[in-house]
Amino acid sequence: MSFLEFIRQPWPWYVAGPLIGLTVPTLLLIGNRSFGISSSLRHICAACLPANISFFKYDWKREAWNLFFVVGILLGCFVATYFLSNPNDIVIAPATETALRAFGIQDFKGLMPADLFATATIFTLKGLFFFVIGGLLVGFGTRWAGGCTSGHAIMGLSNLQWPSLVATCCFMIGGFAMTHLLLPFIFKLVL
Amino acid sequence: MQPITTTNPRATENREIGCDAPNVSKKSESGLANLKYMLVGLAFGIVFVKAEIISWFRIQEMFRFDSFHMYGVIGSAVMVGMLSVFLIKRFNIRTLNGEQVYIMPKTFNKGQIYGGLLFGFGWAITGACPGPLFAQIGSGFWAVLVTLLSAIAGTWLYGYFRERLPH
Repeated sequence: MSFLEFIRQPWPWYVAGPLIGLTVPTLLLIGNRSFGISSSLRHICAACLPANISFFKYDWKREAWNLFFVVGILLGCFVATYFLSNPNDIVIAPATETALRAFGIQDFKGLMPADLFATATIFTLKGLFFFVIGGLLVGFGTRWAGGCTSGHAIMGLSNLQWPSLVATCCFMIGGFAMTHLLLPFIFKLVL
Repeated sequence: MQPITTTNPRATENREIGCDAPNVSKKSESGLANLKYMLVGLAFGIVFVKAEIISWFRIQEMFRFDSFHMYGVIGSAVMVGMLSVFLIKRFNIRTLNGEQVYIMPKTFNKGQIYGGLLFGFGWAITGACPGPLFAQIGSGFWAVLVTLLSAIAGTWLYGYFRERLPH
């Protein structure tokens, strides 16, 4: 197996997790930056539509590194998807696939099911739930919580901050509640 | 171990802003210097795609307890992050500029509960936290641009209603 073929395989958790963890010391040591991604959404608001809201009145240019970081993520994903992509279909846990099939999901080839996340669904009821409402919850929730999976779950826990543990537990509880209690109804409505 | 408490002028300033991923470097950097963060992001993005963390299916597996993958990724990332922060503090490792590393402490407020739950709802629907939102777009899922715009709108709405929300 060539190196490229090797790299193209999906990476196991014990390779990916430590690499993601290394982002923490990398950012700290190259510029005294704490890892966090949801701040970028706030900087975009501060830059584009501060609307005299005090929460958006700060020197976002000083925090611009965060915007460079997320643009980097976008580019990295482009590189990985178009040059290093896995030639095979994604392998999903059989129990999850069975459950999702029962709800009416039919596409299990790529990273996202085309039944829900295609451009054609934007102006449909699916789009309203999976893009608009989902996105609003992510943006509003992370800012209210003061961070997301990266800022709280990874950076905050790395620095042994108990408020981050509270936040991380709430992220998980919210996710379980949505998956098991509400998503079945949403699937019934849109699929 | 005591958190690093050296006074950092940028930290005091940031306490008023309340940014969760602040730049606390004392030295100001040129715009070009920001390119190094883009490179770190690029490497990070490649890992995101290759470990399929940006996949809606992987998030569903996690919330359905059907796979260890996401728990393994997040768990081992936290372990490595914890060890790194410990070593940086223990040996007082300095930044490339020779500054002392400073990490803003997180203060508790009820937002971490209410906001955390709301974000959890959104995470399970979209299959994305803010990082993977950018990542999914980079991977060619153009429709996720709508989710990103929506998340920016959500952040803006939080700013607008902030004073009236419990914290």
